[in-house]
Amino acid sequence: MVETRTETLRRTALYPLHVEYGAKLVPFAGYEMPVQFPDGVKEEHLWTRSEAGLFDVSHMGPSFLTLAAGTRADPAAHAEIAAMVETLVPSDIRGLKPGQARLTVLLDGEGGILDDLIITRPYEEDRQGELYIVVNGAMKDQDWGIFESALAGRAVLTRADDGVLFALQGPKAEKVLSAYFPACADLKFMESRRIVMHGETFVVSRCGYTGEDGYEVWSGAAAGAELVRLLLDDPCVRPIGLGARDSLRLEAGLCLYGHDLSPEISPVEADLAWVIQKRRREAGDFPGAARILRELKDGPARRRVGIRPLERAPAREGTEIFVGGAAVGVVTSGGFGPSIDAPVTMGYVDAAHAAPGTKIDLMVRGKARPAEIASLPFIPTRYKR
Amino acid sequence: MTIYYTKDHEWIRVEGDTGTVGITSYAAGQLGDVVYVELPETGAKFARGDDFAVVESVKAASDVYAPVSGSVLEVNSALSEAPEKVNDAAEGDAWFVRVKLTDSGELSGLMDEAAYSAYCEGL
Repeated sequence: MVETRTETLRRTALYPLHVEYGAKLVPFAGYEMPVQFPDGVKEEHLWTRSEAGLFDVSHMGPSFLTLAAGTRADPAAHAEIAAMVETLVPSDIRGLKPGQARLTVLLDGEGGILDDLIITRPYEEDRQGELYIVVNGAMKDQDWGIFESALAGRAVLTRADDGVLFALQGPKAEKVLSAYFPACADLKFMESRRIVMHGETFVVSRCGYTGEDGYEVWSGAAAGAELVRLLLDDPCVRPIGLGARDSLRLEAGLCLYGHDLSPEISPVEADLAWVIQKRRREAGDFPGAARILRELKDGPARRRVGIRPLERAPAREGTEIFVGGAAVGVVTSGGFGPSIDAPVTMGYVDAAHAAPGTKIDLMVRGKARPAEIASLPFIPTRYKR
Repeated sequence: MTIYYTKDHEWIRVEGDTGTVGITSYAAGQLGDVVYVELPETGAKFARGDDFAVVESVKAASDVYAPVSGSVLEVNSALSEAPEKVNDAAEGDAWFVRVKLTDSGELSGLMDEAAYSAYCEGL
């Protein structure tokens, strides 16, 4: 007998709102997610850059990692949990200030990237010994499994993807969100606070993935859905789908796991060496350190770069890159950037051809199209530092 | 003058042995914001079902298939400067190519407007 299996797509707590707002829904990372709303990708993209866009990212992997003995009001508890996590990632987690968030990468033994993630040290004194960890939706089972098996008996991972995680991004985000959370106006980029409102807990972080100022907010399902409904009533706020999320992050020069990052790629190749702080480089005490330290010293063989096609034709993922007839790399993300009104592309090229301004050819449908290596991001970012 | 439609959402308006080809409003709506259209060269020949053009939205590239066999008499070069016309006037000003039909008998395999409307409603 042939075994048949129907994949059941999960729905986030904001699914009813997506339907109400006329979303076009597609399968994504095991969930039924809005790819666009009736405004369309271009309008949604431009709206986010000029007003405020609301993104459902509840499919991602928010989680809390806590010392097995529990959290306590003691900075030493942070050092304990940080030391555990630092065996898996190359960033300085111990050195995080209370309420500070940091982008990092999970590494395999060869220094390949298993996922990119954000780790936050709670601000609250009684929560030292806990870390708030948000991983990619498509990778959460893998990532959580890695934490659980590596830290078994010493730390407890609590999956928090049954709640709501949304992002509010754009120049109006602070004004809109501070009506509910006045304290959020005082946060700087990559700072986070736990805020209790009407007895409900919200973890509010000033971060995002669009290049704009904005916030990501985690909460329980019902409270999150209620807040999102209120936010969408603000004339400055519109719901934004995955299509515009992709064009926004691409213009901002941000990586998408599974496309621009993979186990084949090291953080140095990915131009993410900045996630490895000085103390960790000096100690060399993270997975794949031999390769990564060598690449830091001698330079990697290939590098992630921005690419500007000089004609209107977008170059999509998988497009081969040539210099003088020789293959030198491949496009890992490509599309169209509504804010710069031109195609935008990222990819990997041999280090010799990675300097901005280098002329390259993109082989689009069998035809060489002129392009050049460009600095990232393609748009000025507007993080509130 | 008659307009025929394909299951892949192209239209062809036939006058004598020439036809004007484009994609339907339904297709344009499904694609979303069109940012680039790649058209063949004048004189290019193709068979029914060949991909002869590419239309790109912000998110993805889609092939456009020839509704009938023919050779290209003229391309709508206005689309290279203003690809967004495809969203505004897919079945009007935003035609892709004019072709000389190889075999007008192929038209009998296409849908008329009523059949195409019914087909779209079933999607």
